[in-house]
Amino acid sequence: MPTYKFKVNDRDVSVESWDPDQPLLYLLRNTLDLHGPKFGCGLGQCGACAVLVDGKVARSCVTPIRTVAGKSVTTIEAFGTPENPDKVQAAFIAEQAAQCGYCTNGMVMATEALLKTTPHPTLEQAKTALSGHLCRCGTHTRILAAVVRAGKA
Amino acid sequence: MNPTRRTLLKTGAALIVSFSLKGQGPTAQAAPELDSFIAVHPDGKVTVFTSHVDPGTGIRMVYAQITAEEMGIPVDRITVIDGDTGIVPNHGGTGGSSGVPRGGADIRQAAATARKALLDLGAKKLSAPADSLTLEGGIVRPNGGGTGVSVSELIGGKRFDLKVDPKAPQRKPATYTVVGKPILRTDVPRKSTGRFAYVHDHKIPGMLHARVIRPTAIGAKPEAVDEASIRAIPDARVVRLGDFLAVVAKDEWAAVRAARELKVTWSEGRAMTPSANLAAEIARTKPEREQEVVKKGDAPAALAGAKTLKATYYWPFQSHASLGPSCSVADVKDSGVSVWSSTQDVFGVRGLVARTLNIQPAKVRVVYMDGSGSYGSNGAYDAAADAALISKAVGAPVRLQWSRQDELVWDPKGPAHMLEVTGALDKDGRILAWDSSAIGPAGPQWTGSALSPVAAGLATAAPQGQGVPVIQNLDPPYAIPNLRVTGKQLKDTPIRLSNLRAPGKIATVFAVESFMDELAASVASDPIAFRKQGLTDPRALAVIDKAAAMLGWKPRPSPAPKQTGPKMTGRGMAYMRYKHAENYVAMAMEVEVEKATGKIRVTRITCAHDCGLIINPDGLRNQVEGNILQTLSRTLHEEVLSDGKRITSVDWVSYPLLRFPDAPKLEVALINQPELPSHGAGEAACAPVAAAVANAVFDATGIRLRDVPFTAAKVKLKLSA
Ligand code: FES
Ligand code: FES
Repeated sequence: MPTYKFKVNDRDVSVESWDPDQPLLYLLRNTLDLHGPKFGCGLGQCGACAVLVDGKVARSCVTPIRTVAGKSVTTIEAFGTPENPDKVQAAFIAEQAAQCGYCTNGMVMATEALLKTTPHPTLEQAKTALSGHLCRCGTHTRILAAVVRAGKA
Repeated sequence: MNPTRRTLLKTGAALIVSFSLKGQGPTAQAAPELDSFIAVHPDGKVTVFTSHVDPGTGIRMVYAQITAEEMGIPVDRITVIDGDTGIVPNHGGTGGSSGVPRGGADIRQAAATARKALLDLGAKKLSAPADSLTLEGGIVRPNGGGTGVSVSELIGGKRFDLKVDPKAPQRKPATYTVVGKPILRTDVPRKSTGRFAYVHDHKIPGMLHARVIRPTAIGAKPEAVDEASIRAIPDARVVRLGDFLAVVAKDEWAAVRAARELKVTWSEGRAMTPSANLAAEIARTKPEREQEVVKKGDAPAALAGAKTLKATYYWPFQSHASLGPSCSVADVKDSGVSVWSSTQDVFGVRGLVARTLNIQPAKVRVVYMDGSGSYGSNGAYDAAADAALISKAVGAPVRLQWSRQDELVWDPKGPAHMLEVTGALDKDGRILAWDSSAIGPAGPQWTGSALSPVAAGLATAAPQGQGVPVIQNLDPPYAIPNLRVTGKQLKDTPIRLSNLRAPGKIATVFAVESFMDELAASVASDPIAFRKQGLTDPRALAVIDKAAAMLGWKPRPSPAPKQTGPKMTGRGMAYMRYKHAENYVAMAMEVEVEKATGKIRVTRITCAHDCGLIINPDGLRNQVEGNILQTLSRTLHEEVLSDGKRITSVDWVSYPLLRFPDAPKLEVALINQPELPSHGAGEAACAPVAAAVANAVFDATGIRLRDVPFTAAKVKLKLSA
C-alpha cells in the first residue's frame, strides 16, 4: 500500500492509504487517533474538520492525502490540553463558547489561523473569519466573544 | 470500557453493590431506590446516575449543582453518569425541556433523601440528635461546630438501601450556595482542545465501518444491486436485509466510497407534493379530525357581527440539521448487545434495538455518548437500529455513520403547520373575539417508525395520523372574552414527523404574536401598549418591560414612517408564556431590510427570560442564546425542499443555516425567582423569535411576512409587488 510521509503536530508520520484520494480527515481520526477534527459534511461546507496545513486553514474532509505529502499538518490537539489550553482555547473555555461543541474544532482552528495575521481581531473581523463555519446550536455570540477575547489575551 | 456499577463503586476500595437490573424498571416507579440515583464512594466522591442525558445543554452541571446543594457535598466531587441503561435508573428521556423540572426534581429528591439518611447515620455516630447536625462540605457535624464525621466514613462504598423519600426535606432556596452560581461546565475544556470523546470517536477492537444506502426517494425499493460495482474497493461488501441496504468495510474511507459507488436500481418512490405547493395543499386538504381545544364565550357569533381581520400563516417542514451526522456503534453478540448512541432516550433505543433483534430488552445495553446537538430527535435513534442490524448481519462490532445527505434527508422532521386566525376588536380597540386553528400532519409518532427495521421487513411503520397536532399557545395569553382554538389533523404526512425543538409552539406563537401586531396596526396602536391592555400577570409585564427597555423601545404604531435609501430599519417584539404554564419570554429586535435584495439582517435582539428559580445562570444564558439564534436560522433560511419526487435539501447549500456575519448583537436578561420552581429552558425562547422578526420587518417596510422562511428572494418579491 502506498505510504505518505508528512508532519503532524511536529512529529514525522508515515501513513498508508490504499487510495491516494483518501481525505486527510480519515487518516487523522482513524490511523493517527486524532479525534479533534470532526466529520460534519465531507463536502467542505461546514468547517468541523478544519486543520492547518503549512499554517493555513484547510478542510481535511476534502484534502486528498496525496496533496499532504511533505507538508506539515497541525490539529487542535497541538495547541493545548484541557489542563493547559493555549490562549485561543482558554478564551473558548472562559466564554463557555460551546453547547454540543461539535463545531468547536473548526472555530478554534479558524481563530488560531486568524490570530497569525490579525492578532487583535475586532468583532467584524471575527465574523468574517468564521463566515465559512457553521454552528447549529446557535453559539455564535459566545464563539465571536471568544475570538475577540483571544486577541486580547 | 464502560464502567459497571461494580467498578465504579470499587474506585478506591472494595464495595460491591448488586445493583443489576433494579434501575431499569418502568419510568413510573412508585418509589425508586435511592441507590439507583446516588452512590457515595469510599473517597467521599459522589456519582449521580440519570437517564436524562446532556445533549450539549450543560445539564450535567445542573444535576451536579442540585446534588451538591441538597447533599452538602462540594460540587467538584460529583460526577454525573447520564444515559447508560446498564447502570442508570429509568426516569425518562431528555425532551420537552424536562431535564430540569422532571430529571432535576427526581435527582433533587434523591439527594435530599441521601442528606437525611446521612444526618441520621451521623446522629448515631456522634450520639447527637439528627436535627442538631448539619451536612456541609461532605462532613456531618453539630450545628454550632465541633468534631464531625465525613460522608465517606458514614456510607462510602455502601448502599443506602432506602427508597427515595418524597417527604425528605429539601434545602430552602434562601440558603443556597451552589444552586444559582454560574459554575463552568467541565466538558468545555475537553471540547475546546479536541479531547472530548463523542460517539463518533468511539472505537472497539475488530470494529468494521458501515454506511447505509438510503433510497433515492421515500418509498423507493432496491430492484437490483450490482455488488460487482464495489469490487475494487478493499474489503467492502454489501449487507442486504429485505429492502435495507448497507455497505461495510474495514476501512472507513472504503465504506464511504463503497456507499457512493454501489450501483443500485431503485423503484419509483412515492410522489410527494413539491415543497412550493405544500402550504396550498395543506390548506385545501380536508382534515381527518378536528378538535376544539379552547373555548370561551362565543367567538363565531361575536365575529359574525364584527369587522374582522383574518390572516393565514405557514411554518414549513424543518430538519434538526445536526452539524455532525448521526453515528452509532453496536456490538451484537449472542451473550448480549451493546450500543453506543447519542440518542436523547436511551431506554427508548434499548426497546427499539430489542424489538429489531427480537431479543429481551435486558440483553441490550445502550450507552449514551454525546453527539452533535440533537434538539429533539435527529437521526440518532435510527442510526442505533442501523448499527445493531448491520452488526448482527456481519457478526462483528460496527460503527455506522450517516452522510450529510442522510442526515438532512432522513432525520424525522419538525412538521409543517398552516395557521389561520380571525379576530375582531371592540370600539375601544380591545380584542373582542379570536378564532384560531392549526392544520398539519399530526404526530409525532416517529419512534415506531425507525427506518431500517421497516425496510428490513422486521417492523411495520407506525401510523402517523394519531391525535391532533401540538398546538399549545395557539390561544393568546391576553384577555379575550370570546375565544376559540381548533386543532385540525391531516391524515397523511409526506415526511416522517418528530419533536423538533419547541414543537408546535414555534408555529403557533409565530401566528399569534404576528396577528397581535396586525391587530395593533389596524388601530394604529403601539404593539407593546396594545398587548399590555390585555395582560395583568406581573411576571408577563416584567419581561415585556425589560426587553423593551433594553432595546430602547419608543412607543409608536407600526409601520415606521416611510424610509428612503437602500436599507429600511424597523423594530418588533413578541411575548409568550411557554405552554401558558412555564417560562415567560419577551423579545424585541431591530432589523435592516435591504431594498435591492430583500435580505433581512437582524442587527440586535434583546430578550428577558423568567423560568423560575435559576440553577446555573451561565448555562441558562447559553441555552437561551442558542434557542434564539437557532430559531433565527429556522426563521430566515430553513425549509425542507422537495421537487415532487424527492427531498432536495441535501447539504448546507440546499439547506442553509444562519452564518456568522449575520449574527446579531444579543442581550439576554435573566429574571430569577428563587421561591418558584424551575422550568426547563431548552425550548421556550425559540417560540417568540419568528414573530418578532416578522413584526420588525413589517415595521421597517410595511410588508407582512406570513410564510417561514423569510428568504431574501421572497422578501424581494413582496417589496417589488
Ligand atoms: S466536514 Fe469538512 S467542511 Fe464539513
Ligand atoms: S456548539 Fe453545537 S454546533 Fe456549534
